[in-house]
Amino acid sequence: MKVTEKDVAYVADLANLELSEDERSRMVRDLNSILGHVDSLNALDTKDVPPMAQVSDRYGMDESKKGSERFAYASRDDVKEGLRKSFPTEVALANAPEADGAFFKVPKVIER
Amino acid sequence: MATSVERSAPARTKYEPVIGLEVHVQLLTASKIFCSCSTRFGDPPNTNVCPVCLGLPGALPVLNRKAIEFATLAAMALNCEIRETSIFARKNYFYPDLPKGYQISQYDKPLAEHGFIEIETNAGRARTPGAPQTKRIGITRVHLEEDAGKSLHEGFVGAGETTAIDLNRSGVPLIEIVSEPDIASPEEAYEYLTRLKEIILYTGVSDVNMEEGSLRCDANVSVRPRGEKKFGTKTEVKNVNSFRFIREALEYEIERQIEVIEGGGKITQETRLYNSVEGKTYGMRSKEQAHDYRYFPEPDLLPLVVDEKWRTQIRSTLPELPEARRKRMMSDYGITAQDAHTLTLTKLLADQFESAAKAAKNPKRVANLVQSELTGRLKAKGLEIEQSPITMKGVAESADLVESDVISGKMLKDLYDLAFERGKDFPAVYEEEGRPEQSRDTSALEKIIDEVLAANPKQVEQYRGGKKTVSGFFVGQVMKLSKGQANPQLVNELVAKKLD
Repeated sequence: MKVTEKDVAYVADLANLELSEDERSRMVRDLNSILGHVDSLNALDTKDVPPMAQVSDRYGMDESKKGSERFAYASRDDVKEGLRKSFPTEVALANAPEADGAFFKVPKVIER
Repeated sequence: MATSVERSAPARTKYEPVIGLEVHVQLLTASKIFCSCSTRFGDPPNTNVCPVCLGLPGALPVLNRKAIEFATLAAMALNCEIRETSIFARKNYFYPDLPKGYQISQYDKPLAEHGFIEIETNAGRARTPGAPQTKRIGITRVHLEEDAGKSLHEGFVGAGETTAIDLNRSGVPLIEIVSEPDIASPEEAYEYLTRLKEIILYTGVSDVNMEEGSLRCDANVSVRPRGEKKFGTKTEVKNVNSFRFIREALEYEIERQIEVIEGGGKITQETRLYNSVEGKTYGMRSKEQAHDYRYFPEPDLLPLVVDEKWRTQIRSTLPELPEARRKRMMSDYGITAQDAHTLTLTKLLADQFESAAKAAKNPKRVANLVQSELTGRLKAKGLEIEQSPITMKGVAESADLVESDVISGKMLKDLYDLAFERGKDFPAVYEEEGRPEQSRDTSALEKIIDEVLAANPKQVEQYRGGKKTVSGFFVGQVMKLSKGQANPQLVNELVAKKLD
C-alpha cells in the first residue's frame, strides 16, 4: 500500500473535494491499483529518454521546421481585432450563480 | 511594542536580516497572454473577458508572441540567461478571482535564470567613508505567467456579505522576477526595487505603475544570528503598495522577528499583510498546506522555444540601460553622478537631453546649465524635471546664446527666472523680451568704469600697489551697474587697460 488514507484526505483537501468514508477507501484502493500499474514501467531503462511534457511536441509536427518556427503556428500576434471578440458583460455573467450586472459575486472572502 | 526600543538596539546588531523579493510586472501588450481580450486598465468591470480568460470548459489558450518578446527582453536587461526551451505549468489553487482553478505559470523550466542587478549600498561606508559600494543582487529567475482577476472587498452594496470579482485582469501577461536572498537590509531592498523599476521602464515592456498594479512586490524575510550560515524561518510580507512601505514593512518585520527570538519564541512560516496606517504586519489565517500547488506541465500549450535567431532579434531592441547610460553621460558631458541621475530618470528625458545637447554648439554647456540653472529652480518650485517650463531644447538654445557671447550669464539667469515666472519655454521668453543682447558698446562701458574707479580710490591704490586681484572687484561693480548686460570678458579687458 503506497497511498494511505492520510494521503487521500490531503489531496482531496487541496482539490476542494469532500469525500465520504466509502469514497475515501475506494480512492485508496483505486489510486494504489493505478500506481501499481504505472510501476510496471520501472522495468524499462529510461535513462536516456528525455521527459515528455506534451505529446504534441514530438508527434505530428512539421519536421522541416526547427527552433522557434517549429511551434510558431501555435502562437499569435498581439492584436485585439480579427480574433475572437470579448463577451458582452451580460453574456459573461450569464452562468454565474450570483452577479449584479457588472461583477461576479461570491461569498465574502476574508483576507485576515 | 514598548520594550522594543531598549531591547532592539543591541539585539539588532546581533542579528542580520536576509531578504528576497518577488516582483510581478505587467507587460504592456495590447491583448492578453492567451486570448485576444484587451489589457486596458480602468475599463468597466467584466467587459474584456472571453471563454479563455473566464476559464470556461473547452476553451484553449493561444500564446501571445509579444508577451514572450517582452519577457525575454526584460530578462536580458536583468542579465539573465535565456532558456532555449521552457515550458508552462499549471499552478493549482482555489481563489474566487482565479476562474480556472489554476494559474498558467512556469515552474521547473522558467524562461530565464541567473541574472543580477547592481545596486549602490552603504554597507561599504564604514570602511571607505563617503564611498558607496556596488553590490550585486542575484536574480534567481524570470518567468512568464498570467495574472488573476481582481477581488473587491468593499465600496459596493452588499460588501458585508459578498466579494465582487472583476475578471478584466484575468490573463494579462506578467513576468515574475525572483531575487536571490542577497538583500541584507530594508534599504537595499528599496534600492533594488528602484533599480529594477528603472531598468524595466527603460526596456519599455511595462509602465511599472504601482497604483495601477502593474508592479507588485512580495518580500520574504528572515533573521539569523550574525555569522550564522543557515537561514532562519522566513515570513512573506504581502499587500505592500509602495517602495517606501516595503522598506517600512521590512523594518517592522525584522524588529518583530528579533523580538520573538530574543523572547525565546519561534518564528512561524506564514504570510503577513502590511497595514501602512499602523505600520505593522499581521499574520494571515492560512492553511498549512497553502503552498502545495501541485504543479504539472500545462498540456494545452506547446513548449516555449526562444531560439538563437529570435534571441538575437530581441536583443537588438535592447536599449542602453540606465546605469551604463549614466556612466557614459558623465564622461561625455562632464556632469556629476547626481546630475546624470536626474537626467536619466526616464528614457524620454535622457533622449531629449542628449538630442538637444548634441545639436548645441557646446554639449557640456547644456549639461552645465541643467546642473547650475535648471535643477535649483525646479527644486524651488517643487517641480519634477519632466514638468520644467524650460525644455531641453530651450536649455540648448540658451546655451548657444551664451556660447556665442550674445547674452551674458547674468542675462541668462534673468531670462530663466522669467521663464519660470511665466511658465514658458526659453525661446518664447527670449522672443517676448525682444531678443536682448549683451552690451558691446565700448564707450558706454568706459564711462561706467570711470565712475567705478572714481568711487573707489582706495581699491585703485591697492591695485596700483601691486594687488592685481582687485580688478575682479571692479569688474563685479561694472557688471552690477550695467545690470548684467555687459560682456564680462570685454569689461575685464577695459578695466585692465584703464588701470595699467
